[in-house]
Amino acid sequence: MLETLAARVNENSALIRRGGFMSGAFLIEIGDRGFHVSVDRGRITNVEEGPFIMRGWSFAIRAPESAWRKFWEPFPEPGFHDIFAMNRFGHCTVEGDVDKLLSHLRYVKDVLAVLRRAPDSAGDDG
Amino acid sequence: MVELEPIVGRYITLRIEGRDYRIYFEEAGEGTPLVCLHTAGSHASQFRHLMCDPAVTDRFRVLAFDMPWHGKSSPPLGWQDEEYRLTSDFYVAVIMAFIEGLELAEPVVMGCSMGGRVVIRLAIEHGARLGAVIGLEGSDRPAPWYHNSWTDHPEFVNGDFCVGLVSGLCAPQSPDAFRWETLWHYYQGGTGVFKGDMHFFRTDSDYVARSGDIDTTACPVYLMTGEYDYSCTPEATLATAGRIPGAEAIIMKEVGHFPMSENPAVFRTYLLPVLDKILARP
Repeated sequence: MLETLAARVNENSALIRRGGFMSGAFLIEIGDRGFHVSVDRGRITNVEEGPFIMRGWSFAIRAPESAWRKFWEPFPEPGFHDIFAMNRFGHCTVEGDVDKLLSHLRYVKDVLAVLRRAPDSAGDDG
Repeated sequence: MVELEPIVGRYITLRIEGRDYRIYFEEAGEGTPLVCLHTAGSHASQFRHLMCDPAVTDRFRVLAFDMPWHGKSSPPLGWQDEEYRLTSDFYVAVIMAFIEGLELAEPVVMGCSMGGRVVIRLAIEHGARLGAVIGLEGSDRPAPWYHNSWTDHPEFVNGDFCVGLVSGLCAPQSPDAFRWETLWHYYQGGTGVFKGDMHFFRTDSDYVARSGDIDTTACPVYLMTGEYDYSCTPEATLATAGRIPGAEAIIMKEVGHFPMSENPAVFRTYLLPVLDKILARP
């Protein structure tokens, strides 16, 4: 589901500028599928699907596939429209080095939001 | 000549808890005073749409002030050696000083978020002097949705962090222009001000033991919350209304935590009937 993440972020110069101080790796888990996302100064350099053997990352955001699908709807239902909303209502977990997430919060949120479908799109899940 | 908006801004100095504060406020309209309280870390521009709506300003004198440290209001003398921490007592003192200073008779007080919280205490302690209170995204007790340690994180004084923290509180349906204007107000906040407001919002505003004492026949209470608000959830608002005999709760569709600034067109469809009811009281 994250196949297009790197291209969509890397074509967005405003987003790369916003993440200019962000380098490292985080994990997005969609159901039982893990995706290791590497970032270099705001640019996504690699998205790799697991399984991993003792692969490091700073923070992880984990949710069932059904929750992510709702999150990426053009107009998500209440509670699925933001990772903090999902966390509050138990639809996702945020684990690991939360400091890293907080230091680049808007960038990370905006990165995840690039996969949100446009309101008039037919349903490309990305 | 370009068109002038009907909003007028003025400065006053109020003495609060023994210190002078230079306060900026805006107003528009004539009629029953409607005092508006902005959210944590923001400022009174959140209410600009209301002040340009004749359906409101034909009947209400809408006033909105920037809290000390916020917007164009100043911090007190000596601020450079202090940490700003908003307390419940100070917040109430500011609001009452504003009402008394401008000699506003039986004003309706409408606050959002931390403003929606403090109106509960206003109704408890000063209800007889108020026309009504409207709590937007309000409840009678804190319900933190992130760990308290975050407020000690160095990023918490950073505008980009503040925006990241609250961005999801806007509903996805809210127009981009108004969503980003709402968020821009968070970039404008002084370093540490949003964090200082969180002292009130997270730890010094539990009114649940006294909210049932409100006499809603003297001071009607309306609680209006957007369905997308996960800071003050609809459930928290309904629970608060359940503790206040006579309070009315309204859950707004396709609205988040900033109804008046993120989607003014939708908000007015919910607010105008409430204002009608308030004016219809004998």
